[in-house]
Amino acid sequence: MARTLWDSSVGKKTVMAVSGMIMLLYLVAHVIGNLKIFFGAGEFNHYAHWLRTVGEPFMHYEWTLWLVRIVLVVAVVAHATSAYQLSRRDIRARPSKYVHKKPRASYATRTMRWGGIILGLFIVWHILDLTTGTVHSGGFQEGHPYQNVVDTFSTWYGNVIYIVAMLALGLHIRHGFWSAAQTLGVGSRTRDRALKTVADILALLLTAGFVAVPVGVMTGVVS
Amino acid sequence: MKLTLRVWRQKNAGAEGAMSTYEVDDISPDMSFLEMLDVLNEQLILSGEEPVAFDHDCREGICGACSLVINGDAHGPERTTTCQLHMRSFRDGDTIDIEPWRASAFPVIKDLVVDRSAFDRIIQAGGYITAPTGAAPEAHATPVPKADADFAFEHAECIGCGACVAACPNGAAMLFTSAKVNHLNVLPQGAPERETRVLDMVTQMDAEGFGGCTLTGECATACPKGIPLVSITSMNKEWLRATRKAGKR
Repeated sequence: MARTLWDSSVGKKTVMAVSGMIMLLYLVAHVIGNLKIFFGAGEFNHYAHWLRTVGEPFMHYEWTLWLVRIVLVVAVVAHATSAYQLSRRDIRARPSKYVHKKPRASYATRTMRWGGIILGLFIVWHILDLTTGTVHSGGFQEGHPYQNVVDTFSTWYGNVIYIVAMLALGLHIRHGFWSAAQTLGVGSRTRDRALKTVADILALLLTAGFVAVPVGVMTGVVS
Repeated sequence: MKLTLRVWRQKNAGAEGAMSTYEVDDISPDMSFLEMLDVLNEQLILSGEEPVAFDHDCREGICGACSLVINGDAHGPERTTTCQLHMRSFRDGDTIDIEPWRASAFPVIKDLVVDRSAFDRIIQAGGYITAPTGAAPEAHATPVPKADADFAFEHAECIGCGACVAACPNGAAMLFTSAKVNHLNVLPQGAPERETRVLDMVTQMDAEGFGGCTLTGECATACPKGIPLVSITSMNKEWLRATRKAGKR
């Protein structure tokens, strides 16, 4: 069955849909966590510490966190690999373009591939910046995420990279969520409007929620 | 009407093609698009040039033979087949671009004619039912719920012209394949091959080199028969169901 899934274009789309949904669920949890920054350094840092102790005493320190990280890495790799392979197939299937060109499909639909590449690069930067601290602008302090976030968004490029990526994320989710529903066969004529509305609301809330943090730092609400 | 036509000319499958410009005059707005091309061809024959090759057959919008991308739209600006498109949809003095279907699974044979036999092979892979032939069966022998009959009929309207492939930025045949799968899979007559049909037809579709679906919706917009985009969703559902069942066996 795994073979059938991976060998078929429809199956590979299923892999994309499921891995996309896993990442989307994670993002909902992530944005809720981020917003705690507006309640002060104490609450935000405490929340960050709690993420490492989830499931104790059943789970050892950081086990749950690593479990989530592994699932996410698998999801990202599966999503990107199937996207790459499907895109290659799509480009091969339509080698010559029409002489008479027309603007096609919505902006969100047309930017799925470039948006995906931007998001992939963003994830790398984001981890190196705020998880490992490798490319962090200030002095990165392990266990003090509040200060680290403030440092990142005190640089112009930190804000630009982050906000551009979050706008790409919104567009990606707008087309991606609805498309995943079609791929998984849960879309229908009667449900179409509802699915599109949910996709728009998710895209808007996630983008607004994530962008609120750099805007908060820029305006001095978070410092 | 006086028109300037820019038409894709290509000697054969191996030759390089290019757009050629022609002028046509005295075109009646009541002519169909194909009749306008007939006028062009008469003109070309009289001047000793090779006429433009294009596919056509019934000229009443039911056979699926005609296939032109007109000003970037499969079958032109109206939601119908090229043969049912009339020159009143254009204005005097217009320049019209005429190109063949573009997809690597539909190679150009000559000028505007493409090889659509990939569709035939998708049908051969499962677009049929196994039934004893002979006299027509008694109409009430196999009852079909009204909703299912309507669903089947909506998809049976597909004439296999390939406009969906031509319009799709990925050259995908998902709308065509889904129309055929849904048409037969919902009916009791199609039930014995319900799983193998969708699996085999999708496998053949992939093997022919068609692209995948990115849900741009271009196919359903171009379809002269109004096969809806949600048809693809229904086929995905059938495919996942068949894959699960095949996995259990």
